[in-house]
Amino acid sequence: MGVGIEVNSLNAWYGANHTLQDITLHIPANEATALIGPSGCGKSTFVRCLNRMHETNPIAKVTGEVKVGGQDIYAETSAVEVRRRIGMVFQRPNPFPTMSIYDNVASGLRLNGFRNRRVLDDVVHKSLESAALWDEVKDDLKKKSGASLSGGQQQRLCIARALAVDPEVLLMDEPASALDPVSTAKIEDLIFQLKSQYTIVIVTHNMQQAARVAERTGFFLNGKLVEFDSTHKIFTNPGDKRTEDYITGRFG
Amino acid sequence: MARIRFHQSLDDLKERLLVMAGMAEQSIQRAVEAYRVRDLSICDLVDRGEMAINRMEREIDQMALDLLAMEQPMAVDLRFILAVIKINADLERVGDSARTISDRVRDLQAFPAAEMPIDIPRIANLAGGMVRKSLQAFIEADADMAEAVLSMDDSVDKLNGAAHYTLLNLMKTDPALAPQSLNALMISRALERVADHATNIAEDVIFWVKGADVRHNVGAAAAGNSQRGNA
Repeated sequence: MGVGIEVNSLNAWYGANHTLQDITLHIPANEATALIGPSGCGKSTFVRCLNRMHETNPIAKVTGEVKVGGQDIYAETSAVEVRRRIGMVFQRPNPFPTMSIYDNVASGLRLNGFRNRRVLDDVVHKSLESAALWDEVKDDLKKKSGASLSGGQQQRLCIARALAVDPEVLLMDEPASALDPVSTAKIEDLIFQLKSQYTIVIVTHNMQQAARVAERTGFFLNGKLVEFDSTHKIFTNPGDKRTEDYITGRFG
Repeated sequence: MARIRFHQSLDDLKERLLVMAGMAEQSIQRAVEAYRVRDLSICDLVDRGEMAINRMEREIDQMALDLLAMEQPMAVDLRFILAVIKINADLERVGDSARTISDRVRDLQAFPAAEMPIDIPRIANLAGGMVRKSLQAFIEADADMAEAVLSMDDSVDKLNGAAHYTLLNLMKTDPALAPQSLNALMISRALERVADHATNIAEDVIFWVKGADVRHNVGAAAAGNSQRGNA
């Protein structure tokens, strides 16, 4: 099951650049939350702070509190464990190119020491089914490499790979922006289905996509969270003038 | 990412709707004038005007549909286009009401002129005033002005109710005046409908400006309850 995320007074820096300023928000469990805002507003940095990816950059710094399922991920657990609990899917599908479809999905489990063939088969099957890819690849699991799939399939493979380690939260940074409309629709349908089991946070430039898939939407601007509310409210009658100017294209 | 061309299109849409509004307003004035002076040539103008209003309704709906399909508007822009589509329909109905009055005026030509004990021009002034004020609120995006229109509707309803009662009694006491009374009653009723359309327009202006649905006396306090962020 998904868990809620509580973010309190989160600040992040790249060197001297204060990229996230005092962010406080509560992301409910088993919902999709969309983050929107212009390039450089901090939304990607924000999701990277949610699974401690931000700190992998040597000049980066984070302060504040991020509680996932009530547990402070910066104080009470290791970065490796955090990234198992909080999976991530990126803009460009990034399957391991030399690995088969099967090995791609099983990679996380193997890294965590699982060797039992039956267990691996079972998890690979379930993960590919959850990612709505099983029917398309079941005959080529070990014959084809991940890189041989289409872009949309590769992205769903990456989602299957993330699901295989049984996460509670799935972070998606522009998961459909490199895909055609049909593949995009499949990813959006998938997000809809995955919500019942996982908490989903999706960064997107496509406001229609946010409106379609997310229950809640946060608008970031210049490193600050300007507004966080139900998606319905944000796209029909936002409370802040800056949100309205952004989503109606009155910026710049 | 400023959407200059799109926002220019919204201005064009507003301008077209205001042309339509001018035509609808004029058609009511003309129809009431035709009743007052029993002039069929003015009825012809009303009838031609109504056809032009119908054409305009289709044109504005098409513009709005294109913008919805091509631009996927959000927030205030989305509310504006929805309001325009609905105001457009109400203005067309105002044109229909003018046509109803003009039809009654034609019918009345078959009967001797008779002084009716009701004040049609007064009802027309009130209803016309509501239409003008609701459109002024639309031009200025002024929700307070639109609210003021809503409170005017009662007085038109009362006048129409009183006219109804008076004319019914007249038909009873002087059955020879039944055709004239009946036509006057239908005209009063048409003007009362015009006031209702003005009320709808005012409600659409409030929806556009504040995002609040105040129809049927519910949801007046809907706007402005969002959870703000940290900025």
